[in-house]
Amino acid sequence: MKINDVILRTVTKIVIFIILTLSVYLFFAGHYSPGGGFIGGLVLASAVVLMYLTSDIETVHKGMPFDFKLVAALGVLIATGTGFASVIFGKDFMTQAAMKLNLPIFGETELASVVLFEAGVALTVVGVVVTIILSISEDE
Amino acid sequence: MNNIVVLPLILPIMLGVLLVFLRPYVKTQRVISLLTMAAIAVVSMIMLGRIQEDGIMRIDFGGWKPPFGILFVADSFAVLLVLTTSIVTAICLLYAFSSIGEKRENMFFYPFVLLLVAGVNGSFLTGDIFNLFVCFEVMLLASYVLITLGGEKAQLRESLKYVLINVLASWFFLVALAYLYGTLGTLNMAHLAERVAEAGQDPILTTIALLFLVVFALKAGLLLFFWLPGSYSVPPTVVAALFGALLTKVGIYALFRMFTLIFIHQPEVTHLLINGMAGVTIFAGCLGALAYKDVRQIVAYNVVIAVGFVLIGLGVSTEAALQGAIYYLMHDMIAKAMLFLLAGTMIYLTGEKRFDKMSGLIRNYPMFGWMFFIVMVSLAGIPPLSGFVGKVLIGQGLIETSSYVLLALAFISSVVVLYSLLRIFLNAIFGETIISIEDEKPLPKGMLAPIVLFAICTIALGFGAEGLSSYVSDAANTLANPSIYIDAVLSGK
Repeated sequence: MKINDVILRTVTKIVIFIILTLSVYLFFAGHYSPGGGFIGGLVLASAVVLMYLTSDIETVHKGMPFDFKLVAALGVLIATGTGFASVIFGKDFMTQAAMKLNLPIFGETELASVVLFEAGVALTVVGVVVTIILSISEDE
Repeated sequence: MNNIVVLPLILPIMLGVLLVFLRPYVKTQRVISLLTMAAIAVVSMIMLGRIQEDGIMRIDFGGWKPPFGILFVADSFAVLLVLTTSIVTAICLLYAFSSIGEKRENMFFYPFVLLLVAGVNGSFLTGDIFNLFVCFEVMLLASYVLITLGGEKAQLRESLKYVLINVLASWFFLVALAYLYGTLGTLNMAHLAERVAEAGQDPILTTIALLFLVVFALKAGLLLFFWLPGSYSVPPTVVAALFGALLTKVGIYALFRMFTLIFIHQPEVTHLLINGMAGVTIFAGCLGALAYKDVRQIVAYNVVIAVGFVLIGLGVSTEAALQGAIYYLMHDMIAKAMLFLLAGTMIYLTGEKRFDKMSGLIRNYPMFGWMFFIVMVSLAGIPPLSGFVGKVLIGQGLIETSSYVLLALAFISSVVVLYSLLRIFLNAIFGETIISIEDEKPLPKGMLAPIVLFAICTIALGFGAEGLSSYVSDAANTLANPSIYIDAVLSGK
C-alpha cells in the first residue's frame, strides 16, 4: 500500500520532534516525579510507530536498521545487569548508587545508577511495542 | 547479605536473554541452557545446606528492609522445590535436544524455557505477594509462547483456551490483591500473616482468602481443572512434560503458602473447603483417567489426580501430612515429567495416539518398556520407589485427624492410577508385537537417556528418602509453625 498523504507527512515531520523531546523529558523527569523509563519508552515507541504509519516499513528500516527483538533483549540485559552489578560489588541485589557532581553548565547534578536501569526498561518497552506493532502489520 | 537467594531467578533471566543474541548458534544455546540448570541445582543445594545451619535466608532487594521492600525468602520448602525444578528441567532439556526440532530451536525455544524456569523459581522464593503475581506472570507469558510455538491448528485452539483462562485467573488474582491490600495495608507475606493474626480472621478476610483459593485452584488445577487436559496434551512432548511437572506445582505451592502462613485461623471454612475440593478433584480425575483411550489425555488426568492428592495434605495440615505432601510434590514433579516423556515417545514411535492401537512395544524397545513399568509402580506408590513415602505420610496425617472418607478416596485413587496405566502397559507395551523389525522406527538414545535418568531419580528419591528427611522435616516444621517464617522475615538484621 502506497501512502501519499501530504498533510500527515508534513505534520509528522514536526510532531516527531515534539514526541521525541517529550519522551526524553519524561525519561529524566522520572527520577523524582511522574515519568520514567517505561513511560518514556512508550512515548518513544509511539514516535517510531508514527514513522511506520507515514512511510512504509522499508524506508524506516533503512534509517533504523535494528532488529527490535534484539533491542528488547538488550534492554532486559541492561536492566538486570545493573541489578546484578550490585551483587558483584558485594551489596544487596538491586542496590542503586548515586552521587552529586558539579558540572559547568548544569550546576549541581545528581548522577544515579538507576538511570541505567531505566534506560534498560525504556529500550525493552520500545523493542516490545515496535515488535508487536510490526508483527500485527506484517501478518497477511 | 544473602545474594545467593536471588540467583535461581536472575541467572535464567540474564542467560535466557543472552541466548536471544545467540539465535543462530543452536549448539551454544543448548550448552548454556543446560549449564544454567546445573548451576541452579548446585546453588540450591548450597542454600539447602546453609538453611539447616543458619535458619531461613532472605535477601532484601536494594537494601529496603521488610515490610517496606520486596524480598526473597528461602526456606527449606521453597528451596527443595527449586532444586527439583532445576533437575527436572535439565533432564527435559536433554530430551528436547533430540526431539524438539530445528524449527522451534530457531524460534527462541531455549530462552523461553529459561524464562519459564525463572518465573517458577521466583514464585517459589518470593516473600512478597505482589511479587508472587509478577513471577506468576513471567512464568505464564513464557508458557503462552511455549504452548503456541510451532503454530499447529490443535495447538492454537487449545492454547487460546489456556491463555483466556489464565488471563481471567490473573485478573482475579489482581482483584484479590487489591482487596487484601485495601484491608490490611501490606503485601509482605510475613507482615500479612502477622496482621491477619492480630486482627483475627473476620468474615471479610475469609472471603478474600476464598478468592485467593479460587485463583490458585484455577492455576493448580484443583477442582477447576477443565482447561488442563486439553492444553497439556497439544504442545510438543517436552513442553507438555515441563508444564505437567512444573506449572500446576507453582499453584499448589502458592496454596500451601497462603493457607499455612497467612489464612490459618478459620480452618473450619478454608481448609475444609480445600479438602472437599481435593476430594472431588481426585474423583473426577479418576473418571477422566479411566474414560479416555488417548494416552496423552490419560496422562493429563493423572496430573489432576496428583493435584488433589497433594492438596489433601494441605487440607488436614498435620505435620506428618505436610511432610508427605512435600515428598509427594517432589516425587510427582519427577514422575509426571517422566510419564509425559514416555507417552510422547510412544506416540513418536508408533504414530498412534490411542493405546489400543499400539501393541507389543516391549519386544521392539525392551528398555523403554521397563521404564514405563517403573514409572507406573512409582506413581502407584509401591515401595521402594518415590511415591511410597509421600502416600504413607499423607495417609498417616489423614488417620491422625480421622478423615477416613478422604483416606479411602486417596488410596482408591492410587489403585485407579495403577489401573489406568496398567491398561496402557498391558495393551501397548505387552501384547502381540505388530511392528516388524524392518518397520521399526529407531528409538534415539537422546530420547531414551532422559527417561532413564528420570527413572534413576525416582528410584534415588525412594531410597534416599531417609537422607532427605532432615530437609523435609525442617520444611514441614516451618510450614506447621508459621512464626518461624514470620520471625525470620520481620525481626532482626
